[in-house]
Amino acid sequence: MTESWGRYPAAAHVAEFPLAWRSEARIPPVRPVLAYGRGRSYGDSCLNDGGALLRTSGLDRFISFAGGVVRCEAGVTLGEILEFAVPRGYFLPVVPGTKHVSIGGAIANDIHGKNHHRAGTFGRHVRRLELLRSDGSRKELTPGDELFAATVGGLGLTGLITWAEIALRAVPGPAVRSDAVKFAGLDEFFAISDESDAKSEYTVAWLDVLSREHRGIFYRGDHAAGTVKAPRARVTVPIDLRLVNGFTVRAFNAAYYLVQRTGSRLGHYDPFFFPLDAVERWNRLYGKRGFLQFQCVVPGPDSLKTLLDEIVRLGAGSPMTVLKKFGDLKSPGMLSFPRPGFTVAIDISSTEIAAFTRLEEVAVQSGGALYPAKDARMSAATFAKSYPRLDEFRRLLDPAFSSSFWRRVAP
Amino acid sequence: MKVLVLGATSAIAQAAARIWAARGDDLVLVARSPEKLQAVADDLRTRGGKVETMVHDLNDPVSYPPADVVLLAHGVLHGPDVLQTNLVGPIALLEKIAEVLLPGACIAALSSVSGDRGRAKNAVYGASKAGLDAYLSALRQRLFHKGVRVVTLKPGFVDTPMTAQMQKTPLFSSPAAVGRGIVRAIDGRSDVVYLPWYWRFIMLIVRMIPEPIFKRLSF
Repeated sequence: MTESWGRYPAAAHVAEFPLAWRSEARIPPVRPVLAYGRGRSYGDSCLNDGGALLRTSGLDRFISFAGGVVRCEAGVTLGEILEFAVPRGYFLPVVPGTKHVSIGGAIANDIHGKNHHRAGTFGRHVRRLELLRSDGSRKELTPGDELFAATVGGLGLTGLITWAEIALRAVPGPAVRSDAVKFAGLDEFFAISDESDAKSEYTVAWLDVLSREHRGIFYRGDHAAGTVKAPRARVTVPIDLRLVNGFTVRAFNAAYYLVQRTGSRLGHYDPFFFPLDAVERWNRLYGKRGFLQFQCVVPGPDSLKTLLDEIVRLGAGSPMTVLKKFGDLKSPGMLSFPRPGFTVAIDISSTEIAAFTRLEEVAVQSGGALYPAKDARMSAATFAKSYPRLDEFRRLLDPAFSSSFWRRVAP
Repeated sequence: MKVLVLGATSAIAQAAARIWAARGDDLVLVARSPEKLQAVADDLRTRGGKVETMVHDLNDPVSYPPADVVLLAHGVLHGPDVLQTNLVGPIALLEKIAEVLLPGACIAALSSVSGDRGRAKNAVYGASKAGLDAYLSALRQRLFHKGVRVVTLKPGFVDTPMTAQMQKTPLFSSPAAVGRGIVRAIDGRSDVVYLPWYWRFIMLIVRMIPEPIFKRLSF
């Protein structure tokens, strides 16, 4: 059965259409349809319960590469682009926490990364894309087009992205010089974050989510010259294991804070950007019932503290809790998630839905927003309140496209 | 190295060709559909290959320029043309190609584990691949003294457009994994290669099942 990365909620699709050729791609007559890339969205934005999926993993060809601009089909993954680009002295302008997402998915979710304060979202680096609409028309879109702004961050609802052109950035090689600094509380975090954002391209913090004082570890890094080894072979979680529970989370967080080495090191980009990719199918650690990810952005330090206090109070802990200050570079999409403030991402077992709802309230009350790519629960009211360009976006939807997410938040 | 890829738009052929392209090899791609061939050629050029294309129906045996490696990768699973596309066409084509190959060259052809024993589920496909196996074995003997290798490639289930309608099981491999296996087989010395390797043992067992029992099975 086709699932999202969080394996929650379940969805039944009436048909799945594997796309192999962009020249032959047609929107089939089934309604509604939705493109499905690599299934790395956590919640239901990549699911279409009762409808059909257009699987784009067969659209995996490069089209051209010149002057640091790569044009490729929508199913090519970020990992495949890096494998291609890094030996040629280039890197993706923005990478998220996994390299196993497709270009189409990266655009449709207008993803962000550890360099948001410098580079903004992924969509800012898209030069051009082709959109196939259900009326059979193919539209080549560029920044400035209204439909471009709807498609970037548009959750696949404006049509099928068949190919895109991305401006890469030059790098000296595969190495990243990084360092890690422990912080004992939020005030220290704010100070380190501001200081580091001014100096480093990539910054992110891991939070010991169960500590009342909100301690954690701050990571910062920059591309660097130097010879580094590619990471070792990956391991795979072979079956549903259900290892994540209150006890293991507590133990993991405490141990991680204690054993994590601080100080500067030169290493390969892969473990720096994609630590979780080292364990394939790690989502099985939450068992069959799956998990929710709660990722929100809240506008300021006070609202961040309120949110983190609430997370501690609820005991809604997760092994990997991530905190980052977004910069003020404007996101290009009508429904883009990143906006100035602090973003927090935690995993929540799908059995703790009440905790999720409580955190949603806290985030929205402070003027924050939830990230559709991670979401499976937010209410239509939350979505309308935190995505003010919703009505403008609605006019540009492709009538044949919809998703489980969309029917929930914009009925 | 110069590689002639017959049926270059097949998912498995593309996977192997990407490895050759990244190595900087010369590729001559042959396929019937100009749009698809163009998409594959653009991809392989971007990846670093030197690429020529020839739009051609492979049922029509013409002569091709000599190459160091010939990969025959076209085939169909169902329909009225299975025997023509998978067996009759390839034999006519390889007869022509074998004439021009120089010592040291290698012919690698995609057969299938289905050729190892006929099953009710894909009788004609299995028969076409069994026939191809027999022909490749003969060709291998004939060309051995000329110094031309013949490699029979026998993939198991592969997740490609050809098998799109089949229920996916853990026995399915990715085209990328099979493509790596093909390049390795051609670089190596084997005559008959199962992809992935464990199919050799699966098919050994399948072949050993006595006919009185086999006829009652439905896999």
